[in-house]
Amino acid sequence: MTTYLEFEKPLAEIEGKAEELRALARKNEEMDVEKEAAALDKKAADLLRDLYKDLSPWRKCQVARHPDRPHCKDYIDALFTEFTPLAGDRNFADDHAVMGGIARLNDEPVVVIGHEKGHDTNSRIRHNFGMARPEGYRKAIRLMDMADRFGLPVVTLIDTPGAYPGKGAEERGQSEAIARSTQKCLTIGVPLISVIVGEGGSGGAVAFATADRVAMLEHSVYSVISPEGCASILWKDAEKMREAAEALRLTAQDLRKLGVIDRIIKEPTGGAQRGRDAAIAAVGSEIALMLAEMSGRKSSDLVKERRRRYLDLGNKGLAA
Amino acid sequence: MNWISNYVRPKINSLFSRREVPENLWTKCPECGTMLFHRELSDNLNVCTNCDHHMAITPRERFNALFDSGIFTEVKIPEPIADPLHFRDQKKYPDRLKAAQKATGEKEAMLVAEGEMGRTPIVAAAQDFSFMGGSMGMYVGNAIIAAAERAVKLKRPLVLFSAAGGARMQEGILSLMQMPRTTVAVQMLREANLPYIVVLTHPTTGGVTASYAMLGDVQIAEPNALICFAGPRVIEQTIREKLPEGFQRAEYLLDHGMLDRVTHRMKMRDELITILRMLMRLPPPVAGDLPAPEKAETAEKPAEAAPAKGKKA
Repeated sequence: MTTYLEFEKPLAEIEGKAEELRALARKNEEMDVEKEAAALDKKAADLLRDLYKDLSPWRKCQVARHPDRPHCKDYIDALFTEFTPLAGDRNFADDHAVMGGIARLNDEPVVVIGHEKGHDTNSRIRHNFGMARPEGYRKAIRLMDMADRFGLPVVTLIDTPGAYPGKGAEERGQSEAIARSTQKCLTIGVPLISVIVGEGGSGGAVAFATADRVAMLEHSVYSVISPEGCASILWKDAEKMREAAEALRLTAQDLRKLGVIDRIIKEPTGGAQRGRDAAIAAVGSEIALMLAEMSGRKSSDLVKERRRRYLDLGNKGLAA
Repeated sequence: MNWISNYVRPKINSLFSRREVPENLWTKCPECGTMLFHRELSDNLNVCTNCDHHMAITPRERFNALFDSGIFTEVKIPEPIADPLHFRDQKKYPDRLKAAQKATGEKEAMLVAEGEMGRTPIVAAAQDFSFMGGSMGMYVGNAIIAAAERAVKLKRPLVLFSAAGGARMQEGILSLMQMPRTTVAVQMLREANLPYIVVLTHPTTGGVTASYAMLGDVQIAEPNALICFAGPRVIEQTIREKLPEGFQRAEYLLDHGMLDRVTHRMKMRDELITILRMLMRLPPPVAGDLPAPEKAETAEKPAEAAPAKGKKA
């Protein structure tokens, strides 16, 4: 069952019609509908390509949040071997919104950390929809420390609406945990690369995405605030999210121009949710490329260059 | 023409107009409603003399009271490019900036200065909540980096007064990138073994709290300051329950281990001097050791309140 987004409704109609025709034909053997169905298929394919050719920023937000997009666990299962999850922050709890551990990528050991959103109601609740609590960031800090001590590169996969705005999270120092995680990213002497595979939600994303190299899937987004949140503050109307999404420049294409990210990973036609395997493979080869680029560098150079990268960032605006 | 219009009417008018009090001389405390005379209020650093409610104070007023004799030198801050995203909501971002500059008389939301506090050389940075909610954009990021670089160069501690609603949305992702940028600044101080003290003032929220404002060696807050990542309204909407009294206020954070101290604004300067002199391994401050307040010839600003403040250490 495909989940259609709001703007994909015309597509849903065509694909539905083709499906209906074929269902009819299965019941009634004399009917030959294949020609018509094939025509509808082609129409659907054309429409899909047109829809995705030039997605508006708000549509990209919707695609980035699509429930069928591959999530952290899907990437880890497909790309890494010997993944050994490591749990807990050693203080309070294990946060299931953040998964992490040691694993091999093309036989090389790495530490992998990412936000997991879950794929059905139960797992979404278990993973708190990918919204981390302080324990999640503190677990990540612990894992990054370990990577630093044993010289393992760190790969982070970003997919979060933002850090969890809850009572307990605040009491246990949500802001401090995020700040320390960003700080850890800026101090470890091993390669740190990051891929934004869905939503890069504000501080919750920065805490893991402060990296040597940052890549983004073509239709993922990365922003200081959600378009809805921005619209309700600046336009005093949450329904103005289209305008807000436009103004915030949160698409991979704009972020590349601003120098915030380094690479854009192409998604299959119709988005990662329609070609999960292809999207996962593309992310895999991009990670391998970026790791190769960073390998063999001195620890002190890595840290120095990573800091320089952020100090210099934004000085040229959209012309970067 | 006659006696009444030439003499009596002006006399009556002048009597009435004399009784009219210019509004800006009095401020009503938003907490207890007491009417506070402007001089009394500014002598008390904008803290209500009746209920101790801490009202907002501009970076300039704060520095006048913080530095010996109100003498400080502003640290130059590299200018970022203006309106990097060509952002426009209901107003254009440059128009909002201009309006804030006009209203505050300041260039941006952070002021950085160097000088002496109780004869202890420091660099200080203060965020201006009245300037677009103190929001952190490229300029504020540049200011914190400049402050840290200056502190490292002069081998001085950095005292930072935070006050902000968070990141400046009009600079989009570039405002978010100030979180790692300012964290690099904090790291410069750490690696130079220089104290970094954060004074959190009302309110400090969002991306500001989740970066440089929570990374101090010593974390001090002003009483009742709201300090949080997600604001109370957002949390109430998310968890759909009423939050406890005093939630996310300075005292609450102190109880939950997130702060070292909560300190009254009038005692802040002495406390900063005490702490910094110990961390810098300097001898204890001696009040009588201070020279008589001079008529500042090197003063950046001729500070009105200066003479009274110089003796505090």
